[in-house]
Amino acid sequence: MTRFLIRRIILGLVTLWVIITLVFILYYARPGVDPARELAGRAVTPALLANINKAYGFNLPVYVQYWNYLKRLVPIPGQFNLGISNNNHLPVTTIIAQAVPIDISLAVGSAVIWMVLGISVGVLAARRPRSLWDRGATVFVLTGVSMPTFILGLLLLYVLYYLLTIHGIAIFPKPGSYTPITTNPLEWAHDLILPWITLALITAATYSRLTRSSLLEVLGEDYIRTARAKGLSERRVVYRHALRSSLTPIVTQFGIDLATVLGGAIITESIFGLPGLGLAVVQAIEVQNLPVVIGIVLVASFFVVAANIVVDALYAVLDPRVRVS
Amino acid sequence: MSLSTVDAAATAVPPEEPAVKGIEGRTPLQLVVQRLRTDRVAIISVVVIVLIIALAIGAPLIAAITGHGPTDTNVDNGTDANGQPLPPGSAGYLLGTDNLGRDILVRIAYGARVSLIVGVVATAIATIVGVVVGLFAGYYGGWLDSILARIMDVVLSFPYVLFAIVLVSVFGSSLPLTILVIAFFSFAAIGRIVRGQALSQREKEYVEAAHSLGAGNMRIMFVDILPNLVAPVIVLATLLIPTAIIFEATLSFLGLGIALPTPSWGNMLSDAEGVGFQAWWFYIFPMIFLLLTTLAFNLLGDAVRDALDPRTERIFAARRKKKPA
Repeated sequence: MTRFLIRRIILGLVTLWVIITLVFILYYARPGVDPARELAGRAVTPALLANINKAYGFNLPVYVQYWNYLKRLVPIPGQFNLGISNNNHLPVTTIIAQAVPIDISLAVGSAVIWMVLGISVGVLAARRPRSLWDRGATVFVLTGVSMPTFILGLLLLYVLYYLLTIHGIAIFPKPGSYTPITTNPLEWAHDLILPWITLALITAATYSRLTRSSLLEVLGEDYIRTARAKGLSERRVVYRHALRSSLTPIVTQFGIDLATVLGGAIITESIFGLPGLGLAVVQAIEVQNLPVVIGIVLVASFFVVAANIVVDALYAVLDPRVRVS
Repeated sequence: MSLSTVDAAATAVPPEEPAVKGIEGRTPLQLVVQRLRTDRVAIISVVVIVLIIALAIGAPLIAAITGHGPTDTNVDNGTDANGQPLPPGSAGYLLGTDNLGRDILVRIAYGARVSLIVGVVATAIATIVGVVVGLFAGYYGGWLDSILARIMDVVLSFPYVLFAIVLVSVFGSSLPLTILVIAFFSFAAIGRIVRGQALSQREKEYVEAAHSLGAGNMRIMFVDILPNLVAPVIVLATLLIPTAIIFEATLSFLGLGIALPTPSWGNMLSDAEGVGFQAWWFYIFPMIFLLLTTLAFNLLGDAVRDALDPRTERIFAARRKKKPA
């Protein structure tokens, strides 16, 4: 188990290293790129370029720059430094710290909805395969899988916000509204309800599909027949015996989906104007604000990589077969 | 006279055809096609896909008939007297015009080209790369497998939307780059499945037989093993097409895919978002076409999976039996 975990952690670190190295090459060491020239803006003077080069070290050999870049990304207190935004000269860590609560809010609310919805639809479908319920579930899954996030978001905004509001029923908040949970929890939920639904509906489809196939497989096992033979109620057989062991693949999926949203739900945030990591990174990319882009890419990658490790560890705990192989 | 026996044989009346028709041999392809033909959903999906392909191919024809190019701003009659866009059903503009007076129908037809090209080409590249990488990893095993499998793990745990945006922002948006980015983040999904299958196939007796007949590694991989993997690869590839189409639309929606003024369904929706909800037809038509396309490919993929899976034969048989009753 320990060996397994260590291997996963090493792989995670390698993934992070590959990502930050690729980002370094793309932004600082690609042939033909001159980061000092890009920072200098329109009125470039040799003196300005020299100053920038001195301040940022762009005139150093590439491997020295790379080493300095890696060194300040190592999470040791006093050493760790994501740099300063080129736009407003705030530290990138501050920008990220301001955005993360929004992503946590987004992730928590939508995760509850997508888990409940996805698993219930999956269970309904698996209990009566090829019934009308099952067909309905298939339609739900295929629509969810085929639906681009931005289309669902725009549709919800159009119908629930725009159409209702112009007819005098202003139930849903306008895009761009966000209230911290510490200010007013009700207002917080109200402002986030449409983004939650958007993310949840898209994601729930995968969970329904996973639950259905996994539960169907488990329901065919011998121990389920034994449970039925013992005279347990169908409800007990399905929920206590079968569902529990069929949730393993869902745990995996859940960890990764949650981490992805935490690292910035780019589309949802853009459509609903939520100032989370996703919106921040899109805005930073538009103006080539490299320190912010790199910082957020790093944080988002960290979430995903960490989730992969946690999920693999959980998987090994839940399913002993993984540990042995 | 010496030929009499031959003549006799030739003129001899052939034995009567048996009353019961003999069992015909059917190739796996025939079986699959036959199953698909009994599947109403599959037929409808194919019809929709063919119609969209026709729309894409016929785009210049539509432009010629209406007299509006995809980027023409139709200054004279594309907007009403107040300079407002025309709603659907206006004279000469079946689906209306956008805020610049461009014909939405013509733009949608050209957008279909982008979606289909990206979907098919990106999937083709991802499938070829995935199959080759997966086969090499699974067949050779050892250090090659370790390296290739780890590379695929790393790619699969990338926050890919974010990274795609970074790549596009560095190299500038273009059709080939969009295709390459999508292919890069998709090949590992196929590669992993092919690797797993190749791992189990290489232990089979037929591979040993091929070895003992003197077949080389390449021949065994691509002539002996590959045909056994065709079924899962076809299913995955069919399901990858809608994913690639959604990916392109999402990138274009964020302004990082197909560059304006070339129409794609994603950037038409991005344009629409800049205008507001009053002109609902800016939104509805690209949405409908995008959803129809992704839904049709997903439904077809599901149907192909069922058709390729021998276990579903029983379901189809049961369905056929029911019909006459």
